[in-house]
Amino acid sequence: MAAPCVSCGAAASYRLFLGGRVSLARRRGVWKAAAAELQTGAGFQILRLRHTTGVTTKKNVAALRRETYTVDFIKKQIEEFNIGKRHLANMMGEDPETFTQEDIDRAVAYLFPSGLFEKQARPIMKHPEQIFPKQRAIQWGEDGRPFHFLFYTGKQSYYSLMHEAYGKLLEAEKHQNQLQAKGLFSEKTKTKDLIGSRWLIKEELEEMLVEKLSDQDYAQFIRLLERLLTLYGGAEEEFVQRFRRSVTIQSKKQLIEPVQYDEQGMAFSTSEGKRKSAKAEAVVYEHGSGKIKVNGIDYLLYFPVTQDREQLMFPFCFLDRLGEHDVTCTVSGGGRSSQAGAIRLAVARALCSFVTKEEVEWMRQAGLLTADPRVRERKKPGQEGARRKFTWKKR
Amino acid sequence: MLKRMTRLVSRARQLDPGRFLHGEPQAPQSLAAHLDNQVPDERPRATSCTSEDDPVRTFNEACLMVRKPALELLRYLKNTNFAHPAVRYVLYGETGTGKTLSLCHVIHFCAKQDWLILHIPDAHLWVKNCRGLLPSAHNKLRFDQPVEASSWLKDFQTANERFLSQIKVQEKYVWNKRESTEKGRPLGEVVEQGLTRVKNATDAVGIVLKELKRQSGSGAFRLLVAVDGVNALWGRTTLRREDKSLVAPEELALVHGLRKMVRNDWHGGAIVLTLSQTGSLFKPRKAYLPQELLGKEGFDALDPFIPILVSNYSPEEFESCVQYYLENSWLQHEKAQTEEGKKELLFLSNANPGQLERLCAYL
Repeated sequence: MAAPCVSCGAAASYRLFLGGRVSLARRRGVWKAAAAELQTGAGFQILRLRHTTGVTTKKNVAALRRETYTVDFIKKQIEEFNIGKRHLANMMGEDPETFTQEDIDRAVAYLFPSGLFEKQARPIMKHPEQIFPKQRAIQWGEDGRPFHFLFYTGKQSYYSLMHEAYGKLLEAEKHQNQLQAKGLFSEKTKTKDLIGSRWLIKEELEEMLVEKLSDQDYAQFIRLLERLLTLYGGAEEEFVQRFRRSVTIQSKKQLIEPVQYDEQGMAFSTSEGKRKSAKAEAVVYEHGSGKIKVNGIDYLLYFPVTQDREQLMFPFCFLDRLGEHDVTCTVSGGGRSSQAGAIRLAVARALCSFVTKEEVEWMRQAGLLTADPRVRERKKPGQEGARRKFTWKKR
Repeated sequence: MLKRMTRLVSRARQLDPGRFLHGEPQAPQSLAAHLDNQVPDERPRATSCTSEDDPVRTFNEACLMVRKPALELLRYLKNTNFAHPAVRYVLYGETGTGKTLSLCHVIHFCAKQDWLILHIPDAHLWVKNCRGLLPSAHNKLRFDQPVEASSWLKDFQTANERFLSQIKVQEKYVWNKRESTEKGRPLGEVVEQGLTRVKNATDAVGIVLKELKRQSGSGAFRLLVAVDGVNALWGRTTLRREDKSLVAPEELALVHGLRKMVRNDWHGGAIVLTLSQTGSLFKPRKAYLPQELLGKEGFDALDPFIPILVSNYSPEEFESCVQYYLENSWLQHEKAQTEEGKKELLFLSNANPGQLERLCAYL
């Protein structure tokens, strides 16, 4: 195969069944699938190779509800992908050996520029593992006898996972009892492992096990793992960590502006803010008497409506710094309410430089530092407005 | 608000100077104006009650805050030389800073000092929304405004009853075939004529103005001309003739007479004027300087004058205003008594008296 294996999302959806698997294909790149780890785990047989004869007997045909990708097919796709990757690297003039996925994305965006707004509708070239949904191979042999001992429960992977986890729990309890009997038991807190990480969500677990779960199943599983954590047992930690994902701490992302000094030695800080289509830039001076000038005009004259002035007051009021800072700002675009919101955001961001870290966190939690993402929704054809439909006439 | 001020001020006229009436919630008679810098008094509530639109009923009293511009003006008035032509004082400032109330303060002072008060509460009312424009009998080119003229005559009568019997007319005025006012009759008769025959009201106003101007120099009384919104006299009107053409201000007899009154070619009194953007026609919202509001024509007509700037509250004045509200339990929010509450009020109103009053007003 000489042609590079570029699969557009639209083409893939044609092949993919619409029964919900489409969504999995999309999110594959987002969630890191732990399928590879589980495949090597004992007792799991997700993609087990079965050599079928030329004659397909009824027992060997998988349920025809959804399209299946045979293992050979997937393998062929992977080979095509790798070859295509090398061709692409060649085309871009880069080294085929060190061509990473980000390079592929960049190259595809360069070669196939797309003006579509929906990012998932643009051309992509990814590893087939991420595109084709994971499927289960045939679970029973030629004689019709299933491989897994829990096949007739219906959710074999889930119940075998629960079985394993419970086995570990019993072992840990036995170990703990032994230690207590010997008197060597000591309390150990494990809370430090839990900070900065979260349990897998139900969808992630479903993807890992390639099985549908109910909410109760999921809750039961999480409870079991938490119980396992409370017990003393170092070996189980890796087992449990497989089911935890790290969580980025939001507060570290806040950018704090540096404080600048002007000619007279006054400390001030500048920042920008946006709301709908209004853009504002505010300069907040550290020492002042609470005067605010917007585009050179006093804020009482610029905002005759009380609501807008309350918006301006909010950052200062929250930090109990009313009347301690002077503000000079410029604003353009939008209407009166969005201009007030833009100035509020700019002022709050500028105030971050004069204020302690805890107060910055409090401001972030109060929503002062978040740009309001709401914009005007577009009008759709066949409707009078964004949501309003034409008057319905019975005849 | 100006209509309320008229009633407030006209009630002040009923007071004989130096006399207080107590214990009557109907007639608010405890006007306490201390002409002392150290005692900042309170200001009249323009907030309204549920029942009636009378500021005084809310607190059962009418109080003014004594502020620097008014004190300055009073000092000038105390030192006026009545032999010289009347000096013009113009109060100007941004909207809501207290020009009208400073004018009321001055009027009250002059009333106590027994001057004759010629008070036009809002000149803008004479150039817009007038029904019943009649062509003047006296001068074919001008227009009469019977409604406005008669209401003004009524207020003038209640304000200066004492003087109306003292001042005598120095000319004979013929109203129509049957009625005329002889020379030497008291001015009250002219006013009565204007009130009974509404068609002659504008002419009566013109006669009153002319007589007062002529006789103020004699020394029998001192005349105070107080006009609020004087920039209406030189602006544009929204009144139209029957053929839908616009009427210029000088074609209105009332405006014409008032313009003559405001010229400083008479002596024996003072002229205190206020500029106002709030009721003005075709002027931008942010205009407040005399040049902007009066236009070239008005500025030249009023030149020379003494400008007095009225600005927002100083910190002490703001504090005193909030204290007044708190004492009368007008601010019900528990945070209003704390420092943060006061700072919030200060921020939201930016120490502008009008804004503060609107913030604290009844819903």
